[in-house]
Amino acid sequence: MKITLGLDSTSLTRRYPRLAILVTLFMAFGVPLGLYVAALAIFPLNTPERLNAMAQQWFGFDLAGSPYRYLVYTLFLLLVAFIAVNFTAIFGGVSTWVERRVAGRMQSRIGPNRTGAAGFLAWVADAVKMVLKEDTIPASADGLLFRGAPYFSMVGLLLPFVVLPFGESTVVTDMNVGVFYVTAVTAFVVVGILVSGWASNSKWALFGGIRGAAQVLSYEIPAGIALMVPVLMAGTLSMQGIVRAQGGYPWDWFVFQNPAAFVAFFIAVTSSLAEGNRTPFDLPEAESELVAGYHAEYSGFRLAIFLMVEWANMWIMGGLAVTLFLGGWQVPGITDEMYKAALGTGLVPAPTWFVFQALSMLVFAIKTWALVFTFIWLRWTLPRVRVDQMMSLCWKYLVPGAFLCFIVTLLWQLLVPPVGVKITGVVFTVFALVLLVKFLIDTRRNIDRVKGDRVDLSNW
Amino acid sequence: MAIDMELDRHILRRTDAGDEEIVVNFGPQHPSTHGVINFVTQTNGEVIRRSVPDVGYLHRGLEKIGEQVPYPGYMPFTDRIDYLAAMFANEGYAAAIERLLGVEAPPRAKYIRAIAGELCRISNHFISVGTMAQDIGAATPLTHALRERESINDLLEELCGARLTFNYHRIGGVAFDLPVGWGDKVLRFLDHLDSYIQEWDRLITFNEIFVKRLANVGIITREMAINYGLAGPNLRGSGVNWDIRRDMPYGAYPDFEFNIPVGTGRVGTVGDCWDRFFVRVQEMVESSKIVRQALAKLPEGDIQAKVPRKLKPDAGEAVGRVESARGEMLYYAVSDGSEKAYRLRVRTGSFMAMGIVEELSHGIMVADLIAVIASLDVVAPEVDR
Repeated sequence: MKITLGLDSTSLTRRYPRLAILVTLFMAFGVPLGLYVAALAIFPLNTPERLNAMAQQWFGFDLAGSPYRYLVYTLFLLLVAFIAVNFTAIFGGVSTWVERRVAGRMQSRIGPNRTGAAGFLAWVADAVKMVLKEDTIPASADGLLFRGAPYFSMVGLLLPFVVLPFGESTVVTDMNVGVFYVTAVTAFVVVGILVSGWASNSKWALFGGIRGAAQVLSYEIPAGIALMVPVLMAGTLSMQGIVRAQGGYPWDWFVFQNPAAFVAFFIAVTSSLAEGNRTPFDLPEAESELVAGYHAEYSGFRLAIFLMVEWANMWIMGGLAVTLFLGGWQVPGITDEMYKAALGTGLVPAPTWFVFQALSMLVFAIKTWALVFTFIWLRWTLPRVRVDQMMSLCWKYLVPGAFLCFIVTLLWQLLVPPVGVKITGVVFTVFALVLLVKFLIDTRRNIDRVKGDRVDLSNW
Repeated sequence: MAIDMELDRHILRRTDAGDEEIVVNFGPQHPSTHGVINFVTQTNGEVIRRSVPDVGYLHRGLEKIGEQVPYPGYMPFTDRIDYLAAMFANEGYAAAIERLLGVEAPPRAKYIRAIAGELCRISNHFISVGTMAQDIGAATPLTHALRERESINDLLEELCGARLTFNYHRIGGVAFDLPVGWGDKVLRFLDHLDSYIQEWDRLITFNEIFVKRLANVGIITREMAINYGLAGPNLRGSGVNWDIRRDMPYGAYPDFEFNIPVGTGRVGTVGDCWDRFFVRVQEMVESSKIVRQALAKLPEGDIQAKVPRKLKPDAGEAVGRVESARGEMLYYAVSDGSEKAYRLRVRTGSFMAMGIVEELSHGIMVADLIAVIASLDVVAPEVDR
């Protein structure tokens, strides 16, 4: 007799096949959509002025004069933080599923396909499993630091969400030093890596921690300089300001508007790959060399945090590149004036405004997912570089290259008239389109040559 | 030699060195040691001072077993000497005992041995180059290689009923004739293989990062390779043109035309890790040529020579050597006139390759050590037997 628990997903799925699809759809679309709607509703309200006005108009309560006003503001901020943290965790989970499915495709195997429709709930099962595992702490480890290290990494992951714009108005706060802030707080991740490597009291972890520190700190420099290129072009450090300086169409994006920015985009993406410990720069946790690197001794929830940081970092990496170089949330055809007109002067904006907002969030999400997908591709295609090659790539090529881009951008801003910028944008867009077409043709030809399978989703 | 004494002490006591250096055990359980081998490594940060292979974790006394069981009964044990290329372990043992008995396999059996052996070589080289790519950090080539190897496993399963430990050869022949229609399936697979090797080259062999990682790393010069007694692709990777199949012909090999790929230093220096990798890739193409020729010329006739039911060779000794996927595989058997060997000795390519690791390890990086070990294509059971 087979004994099944009530919550055994396999048996439930067998009994009610549609349940699995419903649950999957809910998890795949309902939860992210709910978070997006919540973000859309809460984020724009989250200014003291608007909260004051709302309290005045709807409840007749003078919040501005109340001694508890900071309590209310803080509660709203906590709500925002709750949404952001949940978004991070869910994105981290979903991206592991996406990565495993894409890797399965690339490696001509199937990947997870048991839990939920198309195996989508595998990440939930994994997360539950990790939480249920024993949280072991090696006897010879430095207990306090060992316990604390994952939280450093997590803080480094969550803080950039404060300024990362998800849409025209859906941003927690538009700091005037946004880019500077992001480069500063992402360095927290390396503290977690270094501390975990040291506190584990394991040679593999120590190797991983030291490699991680050297790598992430080195690549901060080319990344920082490359991020200065869009700052120069926009004339502001504010993330929203940079996005507003671009436009919805590809030729309005910074990446195509001057040759130096085109190069700087690739420098920034390469550096952020290295900062996020993604292949080809996954040295700190190089499986074939260091077993698991800095998190070799971790288990259970703490390991889950490290893995979540690693995957959710892809959103930061992709989102940052999209914001600074690829036009951010700008929707083609919708201008700033249209947003302002739709917003109106009332307390609650018109429905058109919400549609515009949703569109801008959708555009941002699509662009970011495209980059995340590229990161996954790279990971399952490229081998790993060696430590000395990683360092020489950074200091001999990327740092001087980023400097050069910086100088060229300065001169470009001074010397090239707006018409020239427009022409460059169109030329580079056409160039990128040609590259894309060539890529697709080459892929087709390579598949034909080995009589390989075409796009075939039959076993999903 | 103060360092030597110190390290030897550490191998025994497994304690840390003082000062800046640490002693790390790469193994016995490590993703890149390809089995149960321990590389006791003294490193100063990322730079290795010295790495000493500590072998013997997988010793099963296979040579001693050869003295305990009758001659035909030892054949299944030879599979376990090298489970990734078991055909050659079978063939070498059969060759040694046939010489001891003074019998010769019929021509058809020799051809079938060549076909099975070369398919097995392709399958082994896929594992070898695939795991090497994996050790360098590229995960995808390995799964592709395993996929191709799976086709060979299917073919060999049809041939002899087993996918890994074949137990296919017999003293004086082979166990089964080719199944009906098997030759066509093999040819179809080989057509696919030839085009797949090109895809493989585009995917990983000439990948820029891969070449940078392997070129000029772990250089084994011609002299070193000969002095350390390296065999097979490791030897040929250093530019030494030596292959038992051509230079000491056995079986059906004199009838075939094939090239012996040697390392040329195409992207770096002769004898670097990339050369050893590329020699293996080219050998797969050559093996495919041999199988095609063998299938085309396959003679009719028996697959088993007449041998007595009870094998009692006259007192004496014999050597059987074949070109295994890991180089020369040599069986040395001494008979005292009884049903069992008086002494059986196996010389394998992997064990020879272990000796050179220490010399190569001076001053290389940790990641290079992994590349060197992978490029030597070591299989732990073959080292320890």
